[in-house]
Amino acid sequence: MAIRKISTPLTDEVIATLKAGDNVQITGTLYTARDAAHKRLVNLIREGKELPMDIQGQIIYYVGPAPAKPGQAIGSAGPTTSYRMDSYAPILMEHGLKGMIGKGSRSQSVREAMVRYKAVYFAAIGGAGALLAKCVNSSEIVAYEDLGPEAVRKLTVEDFPAVVVNDIYGNDLYEQGVEEYKIGNGDT
Amino acid sequence: MDVSEITQAVKKLAMNTTSNVPKGAIDALERAYLTEESPVGKEVIKQILENHRIAREESVPACQDTGVAMLFLEVGQDTRLTGGDLYEAINEGVRQGYIEGYLRKSIVTDPLFERVNTGDNTPAVIYVDIVPGTNIKITFAAKGGGAENMSGLVMLPPAAGVEGVKKFVIDQVRKAGPNPCPPIVVGVGIGGTFDRVALLAKKAVLRDVGESNAHPKYAQLEKELLEEINKLGIGPQGFGGRTTALAVNVEFAPCHIASLPVACNLNCHAGPHDSIVL
Repeated sequence: MAIRKISTPLTDEVIATLKAGDNVQITGTLYTARDAAHKRLVNLIREGKELPMDIQGQIIYYVGPAPAKPGQAIGSAGPTTSYRMDSYAPILMEHGLKGMIGKGSRSQSVREAMVRYKAVYFAAIGGAGALLAKCVNSSEIVAYEDLGPEAVRKLTVEDFPAVVVNDIYGNDLYEQGVEEYKIGNGDT
Repeated sequence: MDVSEITQAVKKLAMNTTSNVPKGAIDALERAYLTEESPVGKEVIKQILENHRIAREESVPACQDTGVAMLFLEVGQDTRLTGGDLYEAINEGVRQGYIEGYLRKSIVTDPLFERVNTGDNTPAVIYVDIVPGTNIKITFAAKGGGAENMSGLVMLPPAAGVEGVKKFVIDQVRKAGPNPCPPIVVGVGIGGTFDRVALLAKKAVLRDVGESNAHPKYAQLEKELLEEINKLGIGPQGFGGRTTALAVNVEFAPCHIASLPVACNLNCHAGPHDSIVL
């Protein structure tokens, strides 16, 4: 299986070459944020205030890691389900966000925003938190420490494995995959 | 028995369960690795198996979502519990296990307005059944939010029959798609009341992979549902493939003449749970 190595921040040139179904390994910075952090970030944008981190060209990883054991950079850290961030994602893309990592399908409006703002959505393997944590070299909280596992963290990752689900051309790996492997129409 | 023994047992279960994916699920994943036709799906299963090996060997949670702590107690009616409140003793075990085990704390106080993290993963969801004898069996499950959110319940008319039940379950899995971390375990409750059917589905989803319902007709229903779900094409992680579910487990109970309640509760490929008998 061919694997593309990419690094952050993502450039428009690299994004243009990414297609749904591509396997990638990401090296660089990932910012973590889940539901509660998204709500706060989007409120800051709506109030015209500055975000606690620069999201230009960056990737947000939807994850709430387990606490690190002594000697670990981070505890288990697999993706959470992405649709819960759907109502917040388009405005972040409008303000420069270029990538999201999570699991599960996105809404039509998020998919349209990815085409409009030239951003991509990657899936990491849900439930593979122990394996994915091994790709994280460092983790520091940059905002909202009071949210515990939902705080915004800056992760430094190396060869973090992910699959492109939605590209900037409107393709969706989940739809393509089911189309290829379904037998009949599922009716009983 | 002093309730401090319950605290210690719950703590031990919490600390050990999330890093040890049940053998039934591992065996089913290994079989699926051999039969999966999608190359991407095969690679996903390989990485999941690798993940579960790392979790076991390094004693780290297989998934960062170490869930809602669910405790099912079967308390022998000839046992006398002393030394404090049983429910507080259980929650103390959860508190100690989640803190000392480096497990994620995922519980918020109030569901709608405050949503402040309680910081120790309490309170647990606790069910106590009284059974004959003097033993106490404690079952712990760390139920993740992603799969739990894909649950559903319907009150069918009895005329809907087997086809109605199948359609509801299959639609539920189809709608869930990639969200509950397939390959999944599907728990189905049939019968009882609105509340009881949900608990039946939960007990079904926590049954070990590879164990069928003892009733031949329900065992057959499990088999047929599994075959039909694996024709949906969702596959490992929803990337397309033949392995959407590892197992379908059905639990049933008597119900009202007017009703055919059906509930569907999903679990991911790890579905951590374990039991201790005291």
